[in-house]
Amino acid sequence: MGSVVLKELTLKLDNKRILNNLSIEFKKGKINAVVGQNGAGKSTLAQTIMGLPDYLNFEGDILLDTVSLKGKRLPERAKLGITMAWQEPARFSGIPVGDFINAGADDRSSDTVKKALTLVGLSYDKYKNRYVDKTLSGGERKRIELASISAMNPKVVLMDEPDSGVDIEAVSYIFDVIQHFKSRNITVLLITHSAEVLQRADYGYILCNGNLIGEGNTEKMLDYFNGNCINCDHVNNPFFEVLH
Amino acid sequence: MKGKEKLLEELLSSIKSHSHYSQDDAHLEVDGNKILASATVPGLIMDLDETENGIEGEIRLKAGTVIEKPVHLCFGMIPENGVQKINLNVVLEEDSKVNFLTHCTFPNAIELEHIMNSEVHVGRNASYTYFEKHTHSNSGGIKVIPKTRILLEEHAHFKTEFELIKGRVGFMDVDYRAECHDNSILDMIARISGRKDDIIKIHESGWLRGRHSRGVLASSIALRDDAKAEVFSELIADGDFAQGHVDCKEIIQDRGVARAVPIVQVNNPKAHVTHEAAIGSVDSKQLDTLMSRGVSEDDAVDMIIKGMLRRT
Repeated sequence: MGSVVLKELTLKLDNKRILNNLSIEFKKGKINAVVGQNGAGKSTLAQTIMGLPDYLNFEGDILLDTVSLKGKRLPERAKLGITMAWQEPARFSGIPVGDFINAGADDRSSDTVKKALTLVGLSYDKYKNRYVDKTLSGGERKRIELASISAMNPKVVLMDEPDSGVDIEAVSYIFDVIQHFKSRNITVLLITHSAEVLQRADYGYILCNGNLIGEGNTEKMLDYFNGNCINCDHVNNPFFEVLH
Repeated sequence: MKGKEKLLEELLSSIKSHSHYSQDDAHLEVDGNKILASATVPGLIMDLDETENGIEGEIRLKAGTVIEKPVHLCFGMIPENGVQKINLNVVLEEDSKVNFLTHCTFPNAIELEHIMNSEVHVGRNASYTYFEKHTHSNSGGIKVIPKTRILLEEHAHFKTEFELIKGRVGFMDVDYRAECHDNSILDMIARISGRKDDIIKIHESGWLRGRHSRGVLASSIALRDDAKAEVFSELIADGDFAQGHVDCKEIIQDRGVARAVPIVQVNNPKAHVTHEAAIGSVDSKQLDTLMSRGVSEDDAVDMIIKGMLRRT
């Protein structure tokens, strides 16, 4: 399970249409990448699927395993199996890594924490009592966030700009974890403006000004993205004219 | 009237401690104006008298004395009503070092006042650490009014942590002022949780008058219901290369009201003082992150506040 379907999804914020009539059936158990330039609506899409407070009033529908998410708030959606990794993970002063990982874990135990930290290449003994605060680097916090997601045993993972602000070693672990999610049949949605991240996906979707302007296998989307999206001014995008 | 043994037992059980100190543990337990138990170690002099409403006297650490194990102090009142006044002079002579672990416990308070007046003199190259943990009843009928004047000589180190997160605050008015000479370090931390109609007032002040003197004033306060807090944190830097930082974090919920006034005054172009104050509801990103793991909103708020108030 872990099927995410968007049905004519439209989101307006301050009377501005941010997501426009999106109908997408994400590939179940695969790595899906939603690409587009800044302002395309990618992060908004992730936040709308996750159910962040400002993104609940959408038109159309979002289905998780055929269950409508309309009217469901964030923790309810998480309980159904959706979770999210933020572009810049939050800092929590005074919350130890072990408690953070266990907070949403399926099975709260030191063993769960140990397994989750091992998965992201961090030592249990060294990290379990450290605080999820500014004493950790951006890369460490991203890895700990993924550890907490893994402990949850979700069906769908939304990842906003997974490679942003992290060093090469952390990026390598992050992509190993993404592959691990796939091996557990978890549906992954990568939100990215990077062609490099798109390359790691099984399937791609291109967003421009809140519109879906293309979808297909990674190679095809990569060609399109490199040829048309990089350095593109949204207003001059030919699809923008066609779709409006 | 309860016997001393019985009072001591109640006092210590209210702080979940026990009275089985070993021979090299220095300690002092006071209920109201009764010294219930005390023991000292070589180099530590506790010259204290019982007064009408409390105790007064001097705690002195002789020059060069280093006490590795914490010195346990417990000031409290088992009765529901009354006044406790503690007047203390604490003197650390040069090159001495001590770590006080202090409990102030008022587990049954309905109408109580705990007034502490102290002067702390930390001598040259001496180190003073004072962790003060309060345990209050849930009635809110308590007034806590600690006033401390601190003098740090050259290379002295003073650290105090004040924690009141269990039970109701009631009314609290903290007033700590420190004068810091060359190369001394001042570190004051307060962690307080207020609810219902609790009132929290903190006035902490550091005068960084010495060369290379350093000071940090940090407070973390959580308020819910109708609780109110007002925090004045003041650092004045006069000395060459004096450095300081004021940090105030307050999370408010319900109808809580918080006011933070960081006062930073630098009178020397070679000195540097910064301040940071954040007041508001729980950080939405923290909340969203925990809720995206399936944690309910109430539990997430609780977890974030407990984290903020945790001793790190």
